[in-house]
Amino acid sequence: MSLYTDKVMDHFEHPRNVGVIEDADGIGEVGNPLCGDIMKMYLKIEDDRITDIKFKTFGCGSAIATSSMATELIKGKTLDEALDLTNKAVVEALDGLPARKIHCSVLAEDAIKAALVDYYTKSGREMPESLVGFQPHED
Amino acid sequence: MKVYADNAATTYLSKTARDKLIECLDNYNGNPNSLHSDGQRTQEVLDEARAIVAGCINAKNPNEIYFTSGGSEADNQALLSAARGLSRKGKKHLITLNIEHHAILHTMAKLEKEGFEVTYLKPQANGIVDVRDVEDAIREDTALVSVMFANNEMGAVQPIPEIGALCRSKGVLFHTDAVQAAAHLPIDVQAMNIDMLSMSGHKFHGPKGVGILYARNGIRLVNVIEGGAQERGKRAGTVNVPGIAAMAAALKEGCDNMDANMSHVRKLRDKLIDGLKDIPYSQLNGDPVNRLPGNVNWSFEGVEGESLLLHLDLYGIECSSGSACTSESLEPSHVLTGMGVPVEAAHGSLRFSLDSDNTEEQVDYIIEKVHSVVDLYRSMSPYWEDLMNGTREHCIPEYM
Repeated sequence: MSLYTDKVMDHFEHPRNVGVIEDADGIGEVGNPLCGDIMKMYLKIEDDRITDIKFKTFGCGSAIATSSMATELIKGKTLDEALDLTNKAVVEALDGLPARKIHCSVLAEDAIKAALVDYYTKSGREMPESLVGFQPHED
Repeated sequence: MKVYADNAATTYLSKTARDKLIECLDNYNGNPNSLHSDGQRTQEVLDEARAIVAGCINAKNPNEIYFTSGGSEADNQALLSAARGLSRKGKKHLITLNIEHHAILHTMAKLEKEGFEVTYLKPQANGIVDVRDVEDAIREDTALVSVMFANNEMGAVQPIPEIGALCRSKGVLFHTDAVQAAAHLPIDVQAMNIDMLSMSGHKFHGPKGVGILYARNGIRLVNVIEGGAQERGKRAGTVNVPGIAAMAAALKEGCDNMDANMSHVRKLRDKLIDGLKDIPYSQLNGDPVNRLPGNVNWSFEGVEGESLLLHLDLYGIECSSGSACTSESLEPSHVLTGMGVPVEAAHGSLRFSLDSDNTEEQVDYIIEKVHSVVDLYRSMSPYWEDLMNGTREHCIPEYM
């Protein structure tokens, strides 16, 4: 079996939603250069719905693929639905990841949560319970 | 275009080696330990292979050549033999480099657990150890110095003749892991004062699963594999005669044609180095001159090596990376960090290892595609964005 599934390779080769949103309502960045991966997510939110999402990622093939898949899974979804996104759902949507690459999916989930925290903070809205005290995982 | 540029990982089997392998599989199936005709005919093939290998490294006597399962086994046996043999004389200290192959480093770690003391020397910034550092590290109780001939990742060639002369004058055994050097650089175990040397068949167009340990007469080897009396009692197990004969044929072909092959490969290497120099915030790792003829190891800031490697593979270019993401350990290359390359730059490294069947056209293609993938992944890297807007600091200068 190859290291990566066809879905991972598809999202690596053709990543969806790459870029920045200049007037983003929420921005989240996790990871660091010493660990070899950084993900940055930009959200546009209207009427409690994620109307647009973009990402930039520094990292390996699975870091790029998990970023891409995570943005696809929550694009157009409500804030509540986005809050429910788990790294497990990202892994399943990619038909699996090698064990030592699971941390990439955790990073993708964390990047989205960090962007949502930024949105709730900036907009002055009440932080949902699941985001209170949010800390990204140690990479 | 398909470009295989990962010859330091393994080389394709040459036609000469393949023909020899098939010839032996078809015609020499006897066990060389058998006394009957089939066995003795096979023994002659084995003797011939041993003489060929001895000739390629200028060993005094073919009986100084021991066939193993590969470079790792040869490295293990060399270190364990020196350590266990000399510890009885109170010598419990070993010296090596922190950039050696894991076959050396993990064996050293095992010996440390057994009570040996190991000094891990750090090379200079160009990846080459200072001979004075080796001299300073040698003590009364030093049993062995083990320094690789040339590094597998960043290609730096170590001052082997100087270290050999030093060790001989101090009465310390000297082993070198020459897995990457064999058939690529001239090796003369007598002139270079090498006591033990390791090689691996598949790094010079021979088959996988066979290797060589040279041990100068007078050195007592200890067994890594116990059993029958093959290889003068030092390596048990029915001898893989077809693999060994094919390896010897490949080594001879490589050594006979070394000058012509390597001048071609060096030209390609220098062309590739020239072609990558205009990428800002990137650098060649390892000494630019004293390096393996086919090795180009490069770090690109702001991007991660595995994504570069995977995308180059989509273009048909096969290479390797020292990034953490390509290793099992999630740590970037111990070689690059061990010689002082910043961790961030080690994550963004690629290794191309060229060989005689690569062409100038292929090198042009590599240069073009590396520019394109580095641009692509920098354009989507938040780290690169931070480097460009000054939020984070560069660890590589703009140009070399």
